Amino acid sequence: MTVHLSLVLALVGLVVTLAVAVARPTWLPESAAAVIVAAVLLAFGAVSVARTRQALGDLAPTIGFLAALLLIGDGCRREGLFDALGTLMARRSKDSPRRLLALVFILAAGVTAVISLDSTIVLLTPVVFATVTRLRMMATPYVYACDHLANSASLLLPISNLTNLLAFRASGLTFAHFSLLMALPTLGVIAVEWVVLTRFFGAELRRPREYVAVSDQVKLPRFTLAVVGVTLIGFLVSSLIGVDLLWIAAAGASALTLPALVRRKTTLRGILQGLQPGFLIFVFGLGIIVAAASDSGLAAAVRAVLPHGESFIYLLGIASVSAVLANLVNNLPATLILAPALAPAGHVAVLAALLGVNIGPNLTYVGSLATLLWRRILRAEGTEVDLGEFLRLGALTVPAALLVSAALLWAVTRLGA
Amino acid sequence: MRVLVWIVEGTWMAAVAAAKQFVPADAQITLLHVIPAEAQAVACEAPQALLGRWHTRSTEALQSIAAQIASGLLADARAVLGHDATLNALGGRVGEEVVAAAQKTDLLVVARDCDHAREGPHSLGHTARYVLDHAPCPVLLVWSEQADVT
Repeated sequence: MTVHLSLVLALVGLVVTLAVAVARPTWLPESAAAVIVAAVLLAFGAVSVARTRQALGDLAPTIGFLAALLLIGDGCRREGLFDALGTLMARRSKDSPRRLLALVFILAAGVTAVISLDSTIVLLTPVVFATVTRLRMMATPYVYACDHLANSASLLLPISNLTNLLAFRASGLTFAHFSLLMALPTLGVIAVEWVVLTRFFGAELRRPREYVAVSDQVKLPRFTLAVVGVTLIGFLVSSLIGVDLLWIAAAGASALTLPALVRRKTTLRGILQGLQPGFLIFVFGLGIIVAAASDSGLAAAVRAVLPHGESFIYLLGIASVSAVLANLVNNLPATLILAPALAPAGHVAVLAALLGVNIGPNLTYVGSLATLLWRRILRAEGTEVDLGEFLRLGALTVPAALLVSAALLWAVTRLGA
Repeated sequence: MRVLVWIVEGTWMAAVAAAKQFVPADAQITLLHVIPAEAQAVACEAPQALLGRWHTRSTEALQSIAAQIASGLLADARAVLGHDATLNALGGRVGEEVVAAAQKTDLLVVARDCDHAREGPHSLGHTARYVLDHAPCPVLLVWSEQADVT
C-alpha cells in the first residue's frame, strides 16, 4: 500500500474512532471501535505487524502504570476522600467566598496533581458543586475553578494527566526531574487562573454570606492519604533507589485495594470496574491507529509545522500549536502524535507540547473543543445548555496561561543549563 | 401592582427587606430564584468529555440538591418577607430568566452583589449588570448590606 493511501486510511480510522468515543453509541463501545479500526489498518497493510507489536510494547508499561493509578483513584473514592474534602472545604471557608475559592483552588490543584485530572473532574467537582450549593452560595465560580484547574494543575507530575504519562517515556526524564521542571510553569498557570477568575467574578465573590451550619466532623481517611503520600514519595525517589515506577504504583494500588477486598468493602467486580478495562483497551487501539498515521507522514507533517529550538519563542510556538491540535482532535491522540515526533528534539520540546495539550483544553471542558462540538452535534440530546460564560472564561485564561507557562519553562531550563 | 423580587444567594435578605419597606401591602409579590444552568452543566457534563473513560453521570443527584436548596432559600425569603408571595424556582441562564420573568411585572427588586465598600459599577457582577441593562420595568436597586432586618 502506498504511503499516501496508508495515511488517508489511518486518518479516516482516527476520525471514526474519535467520533465513536465522543458519540458513544450504545451498540458499539469505543474500545471495540478502536480495536476494529486498528485491525482493519493491520489487514490493509497500513501498519505492519512488527510496528504494531512495537507500538503495543511501547504502550504496555504506560498502560500498566495507568491501571495502577486508576485503582489508587478508585480507592480514594471508596474511602470517602472526596466527600471528606468537601466538608473540610465548607468548614475552613469561614463564610468568606474568596477564602472558599482559595480552598477550592488548593484542593483541586492538589487532587489533580497527586491523584489525577480524572479524579478532579469526576469525583471532586460534583462534591464542590454540592458543598457550595448547600452553603447557599453561587456554585458557578467554584465549579469553573475546579474544571479549569483539572487541566492547569495537571502539568505538574507525570501521573497528573494521561497526556503526561504518554509523553513521559518519550521525554526520557526521571519522575523527579519532570516534576521539578514543571513546578514553576504549573504555579504560573494556577496564578493566571486565580487572577482571571477572581477578577471575572469580582463582585460575586464579595457577596455577604449567610450563616449555614456545617457538620464539624471531618473524617479524612488517614490511611488512604498516607498510602497516596508514600506512593508519591516513592515515585519521586524511584530513580535514586532504582525501582521502576510501575512497581511503586502497583504497591500503592495493592495497599489500597487488598485490605478493602479482605474487609469486603469492595468486590473483585468493583475493582475491575475501577480499572476501566475498556479504557485501557481503547488507549492501546488508539496507540496503533496513531502509530499508523504517524509513520505514513503525520509525524513528518507535525515536525514540519512545529518550530525547532529551545528559545522562548520556539517553546511558545510548540505549546500553541499543541494547544490547537489538542482542540482539533482531543488531547490524547494529540499527545500520541506529538510526543514521538518531538522526542528527538529533546525533553524541553516534549514538555512544551504538554503545556499546550494540557492547558489548551481549558478553552472548553477537558479534552478539546472538538469533543464538545462533536458530542453536541452527534448526540443532539434535545436542549443543550448554552456555555457562553464558561467559554468566555476559557478564552480569557488559555492564551495568558500558555504565555506564562512557556516563559517559566524556558526560564527553568535556562537556569538548569 | 405586581412586584418581582430576585432572590440571590448571599444578598436575598437585602432584596426582601427592600420589598418589605417600599412595596405596598396590596401588591402581588413573586420571589424568583434561578439556578445557573451553566455551572450545573459543567459539573455534570465534564466527565463525559474525558475521552473513553468514566461513563458515569451525577446529573440527577446534583440537580436534586440544587432544587432542594433553591426551594429552601425561597421558603426562607417568604418567611422573612412576612407577606403572601408566589415562589418561582427556575433554572437556566440567570440574567435572561430574570429579565423574561420581569416582562409581566411593574417593579423588579434587585440587591447589589457587594456592600458600600465597593461603590460604583463593580458592586454588580456580570449577571446583575445584565439584568439592569435589560430590565423591561423600573428597578429598585439596593445595597446588600441592608441585610440584617430579621
